Amino acid sequence: MSASNERLAAWTESELAVSGRVLEVVRAPASVLSTDGDRVDPTAPEIVQLAADLVATMRVSPGCVGLAAPQVGVGVKVFCVDVSEHAKTKTHHGTFVLCNAEVVESSRNEKAREGCMSAPDFTGDVKRASRVLVRGQLPGTGEEIEVRTDAFEARCLQHEIDHCDGYLFLDRVAGAHAVYARQTYL
Amino acid sequence: MTDAGTLHAITVLGHDRPGIIAWTTDRLAGLGLNIEDSSMTLLRGHFAMTLICAGAASDEAISEALDPLSADGTLTVTVREVPHEEAPAAPGSQWVLTVHGGDRPGIVSTVVGQVAAVDGNITDLTTRLAGDLYLLVAEVSLPDGVDTAALEAAIKAAATELGVGATLRAVEADEL
Repeated sequence: MSASNERLAAWTESELAVSGRVLEVVRAPASVLSTDGDRVDPTAPEIVQLAADLVATMRVSPGCVGLAAPQVGVGVKVFCVDVSEHAKTKTHHGTFVLCNAEVVESSRNEKAREGCMSAPDFTGDVKRASRVLVRGQLPGTGEEIEVRTDAFEARCLQHEIDHCDGYLFLDRVAGAHAVYARQTYL
Repeated sequence: MTDAGTLHAITVLGHDRPGIIAWTTDRLAGLGLNIEDSSMTLLRGHFAMTLICAGAASDEAISEALDPLSADGTLTVTVREVPHEEAPAAPGSQWVLTVHGGDRPGIVSTVVGQVAAVDGNITDLTTRLAGDLYLLVAEVSLPDGVDTAALEAAIKAAATELGVGATLRAVEADEL
């Protein structure tokens, strides 16, 4: 594991030193979900608070493995993930928040069914890279992180980065027969 | 199979219940018909099926065989002979169009109108409504030479006018 990956795996929200608040998750067709988020200063106090709020909101949402700022109504490039408990996870780095993240390298596309708290009535088949290198910054310190990961964490990162760029998984579904009415939402 | 008799388009629409497909296809098999293509789904809970069948039976014979299906008035059956369609010689490029946003009249017509304006062909279409969220996913075939960047810009502009979002993506086929 690279130093950057180790740093990310060691990160916890306690580094933010603020209490997270549970925010309301907005649903499509809220326009914030279709708007390219603004880049942020990861050291700004409001971004540190937002990072804590995202983690707190993710924690209380059953089945939630990632949450992006636009999903709580804030149009900026910040998201949190935690896929550590998910059955499809291979590599993971626990709970972390990244700011201004982007996919630097990607390979090995795989198709899988995705859902989203912001479009809870649908699921869809989406083809995404199963190996990625993602670059972003940690909230609070602003440290630049390059995380190389795979499988479900890679999918989750791409899903959240899409949110930050104003895209839902619905914008990526593989075709007209690749979107489904969700029977139940975890 | 295209040389065994005539082709017939059969539609069955109406109230859903278990056994519609089993019953229908049993009757068609009894007439020696081959189901060459089919599509069945539930549209807002309504049973909706289209079959393309080939065989020696006439429209009248098929209609008569399926008459009991519509006897109680909850299902509508149509049968019509259709010509054999040749596959297009130049399929062009394949795209997926997604539109989502607040429900309002005219989303489909306005957005797919942009596709029609460049002689693009919709080859598959799904629209869904969940709460206030309207979703359209269309598979689009574009002729060679279409300026796809300009088309995408036109689609996005039309979508923006409607207050919805749209994306147009090339279909990625992984050859194995």
